[in-house]
Amino acid sequence: MAVSLFLSFTDYNMLQAPDWVGFDNYARMESDPRFLKALEVTFTYVLLGVPLQLLTAFSLALFLNRGLKGLPLFRAIFYIPSILGPSVAVAILWRQMFGLEGIFNELLSIFNIAPKSWVADPSTSLYTLITLLVWQFGSPMIIFLAGLKQIPETLYEAAAIDGAGPFRRFWNITLPSLTPIIFFNLVMQIINAFQAFTPAYIVGGGQGGAIDSTLFYTLYLYIKAFTEFKMGYASALAWVLLVICGVFTWLLFLSSRKWVHYES
Amino acid sequence: MSRVYAANKGASVIKTVIAVIASAVMLYPLLWMLASSFKPQHLIFQDLSLWPDVFTLENYINGWNGFTNLTFGTFFKNSFIVVLFCIIGNLLTCSMAAYAFARLEFTARNFWFALMFGSLLLPHHVVLIPQYILFDSLDWINTYMPLIVPKFLASDAFFIFLMVQFIRGLPLELDQAAKVDGCGHIQIYGRIIVPLLLPAIVTTSIFTLIWTWNDFFSQLIYISDPRKLTVALALRSFMDTMGQSSMGSLFAMSILSLVPIFIFFLVFQRWLIEGIATYGVKG
Repeated sequence: MAVSLFLSFTDYNMLQAPDWVGFDNYARMESDPRFLKALEVTFTYVLLGVPLQLLTAFSLALFLNRGLKGLPLFRAIFYIPSILGPSVAVAILWRQMFGLEGIFNELLSIFNIAPKSWVADPSTSLYTLITLLVWQFGSPMIIFLAGLKQIPETLYEAAAIDGAGPFRRFWNITLPSLTPIIFFNLVMQIINAFQAFTPAYIVGGGQGGAIDSTLFYTLYLYIKAFTEFKMGYASALAWVLLVICGVFTWLLFLSSRKWVHYES
Repeated sequence: MSRVYAANKGASVIKTVIAVIASAVMLYPLLWMLASSFKPQHLIFQDLSLWPDVFTLENYINGWNGFTNLTFGTFFKNSFIVVLFCIIGNLLTCSMAAYAFARLEFTARNFWFALMFGSLLLPHHVVLIPQYILFDSLDWINTYMPLIVPKFLASDAFFIFLMVQFIRGLPLELDQAAKVDGCGHIQIYGRIIVPLLLPAIVTTSIFTLIWTWNDFFSQLIYISDPRKLTVALALRSFMDTMGQSSMGSLFAMSILSLVPIFIFFLVFQRWLIEGIATYGVKG
């Protein structure tokens, strides 16, 4: 880590010795349009994708939790995308599905919507990747389900006797009991989403897609470090990512005192 | 009473129907890819059906033949080698590190533990470039060493954490009894802890397999020699060189690349889901 910090203050291409440039790398980011675009893309992906994913996971967990036969089977089925989803194979599938000749257009043609390439159009390409993220809601869902099982039945019975309806029971029992789990899922998924790489690489063909609309932060870092061999600048990028993730985690922990409810 | 029961039963049927529909929507893309891999090339596009009207193995035969005289057999072998060594590395060194954290007294233990825990939450991209420079100076580019060696240095904090939690749950009396019988730390670790650690060992192996198999980023950085490509990298190259005209073969190989983890999922499904539910693995 120290080496990385040192490199972030240098200009280094792996051929000549690192050249000390002070804060130049950091200062340069401000006027680097691709860096700013990467930030915008990544923040949209994280701030839109993660809440949507967790909301899906949460609603399905609530839905599956009670009065359903064959829960283990459905749980396993919903988990499949989480396992296979991060692979190159699924990224290829997504690229094909939302491409010009993809089945998504086939589906839309039933409703008379004109075909277009959803992955090549810069106004929609990022949303195809967000869909891919939301599709992988299985693992947070399983964590929610485990949390729901922990809530003692007696709480609900007591509340029912006191005349609390389903909505109040959800609001006053289910939700507060699950806040530690919501918090955990939020932290894990946000950190993961900041580091997403494979789908952006495959869908954008190793670049950032049309006018960099899918230029994820890690993809930009990869391009700087391993196709342009600007190791100094890339190290600086890595440190900025570290700080962003650190600040996010810190803010979440800080806010957690206000809304996360711990037993005892 | 019977009316309530009937109402519950009705609700349960509706719920099941909704769950089945939701599952179908979720799985549709994967099933479509599976079906398409058996369709003749010209029928893949614009065909939403999940059943090939004309069944062919052509895509699999063409795809398996790969490119530049290398078959997918080579790529699968490469991936299996990497995965195998990563599992061995993780099991060996993470369990030792976990034993040390859980059972040994050493200076600043809490500090090191916090440091390890912190590394769980922070992106590993920060050490990526120094690591690359180091491996480059060791002439390890285009070998599997950069992928495997870190696993032998207990670099996966997540698994250490998982095992520490597990070992802390084991009764200390066992260690003390072994000590009385004259066992040193190595024997306590080898004879008492490791056998009892089995559930954590299985969980670690499964997740190492899935993560390594799905890994793309580090393999992309270190491996470019065609003969050494892993399945993930080979799919990427295949996609770049072939284009739309051989989508069928690309699909066929993508499906094959998912088969090993899918089989693992089927076999160890219960362990996996329990692992996530208990430790909150990211999947």
